[in-house]
Amino acid sequence: MDIAVKFDGVSRHFGEVRAIDGLDLEIGEGEFFALLGPSGSGKTTSLRLIAGFERPTTGRIEIFGSDATDVPPYRRPVNTVFQDYALFPHLNVADNVAYGLRVAGVGKAERLKAADEALAMVALSGYGARRPAELSGGQRQRVALARALVNRPKVLLLDEPLGALDLKLREQMQEELKTLQRSLGITFVFVTHDQGEALSMADRVAVFSDGRIQQIGTPEDIYHRPETPFVADFVGSSNVLPPDVVMDLTGIRAPASLRPERIRLTREGHEAEVVGSSFTGATTRLKLRFRGMPLTVQLPSDAAPRAPGSIVHIAWDDDALHLMEGGA
Amino acid sequence: MRSDRAPLGLKIAAGAGLAFLHLPILLIFVYAFTTEDTSYQWPPPGLTLEWFAVTWNRPDVWEALGLSLKVACFSTAIALVLGTLCAAAVARSRFFGREAISLLVILPIALPGIITGISLRSAFHLMDIPFSTLTIVLGHATFCIVVVYNNAVARFRRTSASLIEASMDLGATSFQTFRLVILPNIATALLAGGMLAFALSFDEVIVTTFTAGRQQTLPIWMLEELVRPRQRPVTNVVAMVVVLVTFLPILGAYYLTRGTETVAGHGK
Amino acid sequence: MSDAASPSRLSDTLWRRPRLLLLLLLIPPALWLGIVYLGALFALLAQSFFSIDDFTGLIRYEWTLRTYGELFRAANLDIILRTVAMATAVTIGAAIIAFPIAYFAARYARGKWKAVFYLGIMLPLWSSYLVKVYAWKLILAREGILNWLFETLHLGWLLNAYLSLPVVGGNSLSVSWTGTFLVFLYVWLPYMILPVQASLERIPPSLIEASGDLGADPRATLRNVILPLALPGIVAGSIFTFSLTLGDYIIPQIIGTSARMIGQAVYQFQGTAGNIPLAAAFAVVPIVIMGIYLTIARRAGAFDAL
Repeated sequence: MDIAVKFDGVSRHFGEVRAIDGLDLEIGEGEFFALLGPSGSGKTTSLRLIAGFERPTTGRIEIFGSDATDVPPYRRPVNTVFQDYALFPHLNVADNVAYGLRVAGVGKAERLKAADEALAMVALSGYGARRPAELSGGQRQRVALARALVNRPKVLLLDEPLGALDLKLREQMQEELKTLQRSLGITFVFVTHDQGEALSMADRVAVFSDGRIQQIGTPEDIYHRPETPFVADFVGSSNVLPPDVVMDLTGIRAPASLRPERIRLTREGHEAEVVGSSFTGATTRLKLRFRGMPLTVQLPSDAAPRAPGSIVHIAWDDDALHLMEGGA
Repeated sequence: MRSDRAPLGLKIAAGAGLAFLHLPILLIFVYAFTTEDTSYQWPPPGLTLEWFAVTWNRPDVWEALGLSLKVACFSTAIALVLGTLCAAAVARSRFFGREAISLLVILPIALPGIITGISLRSAFHLMDIPFSTLTIVLGHATFCIVVVYNNAVARFRRTSASLIEASMDLGATSFQTFRLVILPNIATALLAGGMLAFALSFDEVIVTTFTAGRQQTLPIWMLEELVRPRQRPVTNVVAMVVVLVTFLPILGAYYLTRGTETVAGHGK
Repeated sequence: MSDAASPSRLSDTLWRRPRLLLLLLLIPPALWLGIVYLGALFALLAQSFFSIDDFTGLIRYEWTLRTYGELFRAANLDIILRTVAMATAVTIGAAIIAFPIAYFAARYARGKWKAVFYLGIMLPLWSSYLVKVYAWKLILAREGILNWLFETLHLGWLLNAYLSLPVVGGNSLSVSWTGTFLVFLYVWLPYMILPVQASLERIPPSLIEASGDLGADPRATLRNVILPLALPGIVAGSIFTFSLTLGDYIIPQIIGTSARMIGQAVYQFQGTAGNIPLAAAFAVVPIVIMGIYLTIARRAGAFDAL
């Protein structure tokens, strides 16, 4: 597998602000890769560095093995689906999609034919003559996708592509994007702050915080084997047990992650006090106080309700307690 | 939406205010047809079309009109280029002295016209530049820049930065991006700004007095008539035509920028 | 690639060095405004530090503050005070007339009426300054429409009684301070309406509803909610009316008394009198007054409403 995008010690500073700090990253060819993190963590800056809208303060970026650090956006074999779609308001849908071919000097008939094909691929045949303003949010997103794909990029960049869509449409587009990526076989890099989206769509995920990558791995790695307390907390809101508590439980001094759904209520086991509970539909989240720290337990919602102040007993399998870095 | 109705007193005050703004201009239209030619007598003793023919055959009026149009065209062209460049720089980036640049653009219209006029006149005098059409254009272009600038900068701010990035992402160089994306997006704002600059230059008298020398633009011709009335009926007709000629670009600019948050015309 | 190489290489360079692009954008307008405008302005201001030789009538090129001292002679001080008083009166008058128009346009005009009000303010703003002054020459003339109106309504005595008043009166309206005031008011009124309207449009309707909900009648809401929030707009408008009145020399020359205002003084000193230093010093007066005024206005938050 070739390396599609490589970051080599890349930093991007805006004045005093270090949006990206000493980033190393390799994204393989044909991968569906997610950049996950809260806002301000540097994930969008990383995407813009690949696209060429930002230039690294230090370090270098390679795209398919050639140095892209000094290559302007219009010479890079990558295309972007923008968060606000950035459709040109003065051009109709077909001309929007054909724009990349037009500036590349492709003849009118040929590029409009290609635009039609691209629109058909995103199920928007016959919409070519419309203006972007006449489309719904979901349709605009498909046009933005077609406009990027018609140029046959080696890497497709997607900036929060589903952020502006409602829940139903978002789930549908997740499926479509995955199918599309598999059939085209090109590298997709997408930015999201939604951990569910990242876990369900991506082959691999990079979790960002404060301009650094906390962990890179498959969704299973990230979820079940978080390497830092930040990852454990941000992905799936795990319980992060402090080193002292873990020392008591296991004899090893290190922070540990304990998924709420791995905790069971039992007749005997560790004692904990109920603080409160919240009903979320399929499950109920029980807030406990355990050895002076808050602990969340996820139960099926048909479990018997527990009054605040009552004492419960909890237990978990040994492999549920996942030790992380950052102890000592 | 709110359903409350305006109090009667407010309606009357607002209506009276608008009438105060418009009746004097309408009066000009009546005077253009009066048969009275030696005083400003009201009501007009009779109505006639003869002064239109008289005005049509006046070479001095045609000459002044020609000069005004020429000056307005050149000044607008210069203002369009300089105003757009300045707006592009100020709207797109933050840099040291950005505030100073926007102040510098507004200054020629913020300070009283007489100061701009005298400054230019004494500068021309110091540098031994003889008065000519060029000196008039130099002055006009200076205060027309701000009108183009205001319109362009508002549009630049409204145009999403990601459009430019999308264009470059799709393979267009800076120049292709300018031609295919930026220009079509700011075209109506520039046209509106250009029309307003044209109207501003066509009407300007205060700065022109100091930079025209012996040449007469139409406003200078009118000023002469105002100070020493000699041919009242011709002045009446010219005044009416000037009103009509300046209304057209204003209406045009309004329709071009309608529905955008900053409508042309502010910041005259 | 080869034939398109040079413009596209330039494009690459501009992408790598955005500061260079910025510089290229800024140089032409900065040069024009810097040389043509600022250069001329400083040349003028520099001259205010020279003086005129009383015997020869020629300019003495030595740095001195003597010319500024002349501003404080009684006759010149009169000119300054008279102009400031007129500018103040025009500003207050404009604010009073502008507010109802702006308020109606901002809060009640909808759809077609919105456009009518917008153009109704914009067209007078942009119509020819001289034509507007000329219209008032027609209106205020002895044989003109205003006198005719008073006569027809048998109110001629009222007009004559008003004209016999000191200061504001005179031989006829066209040679009185009242005439000058009316023309100034008319010509600068749109400059007051627009910023006031802009500031009124920014008041969320919910604030006015809340005020009513809390028991304020419309009058109390106007006084306690709307006026305070519109104040920055009024101050912004007053910057225009004040500054424009301070510097004008054509209106008082055509309609009004023989007593001069600052603009006329500047015009005459540089023209017939040939006293460029004093003209320059006089030109500094509106700049200084506006400087003080703008400093106060900035404190009042007027620039947010521009």
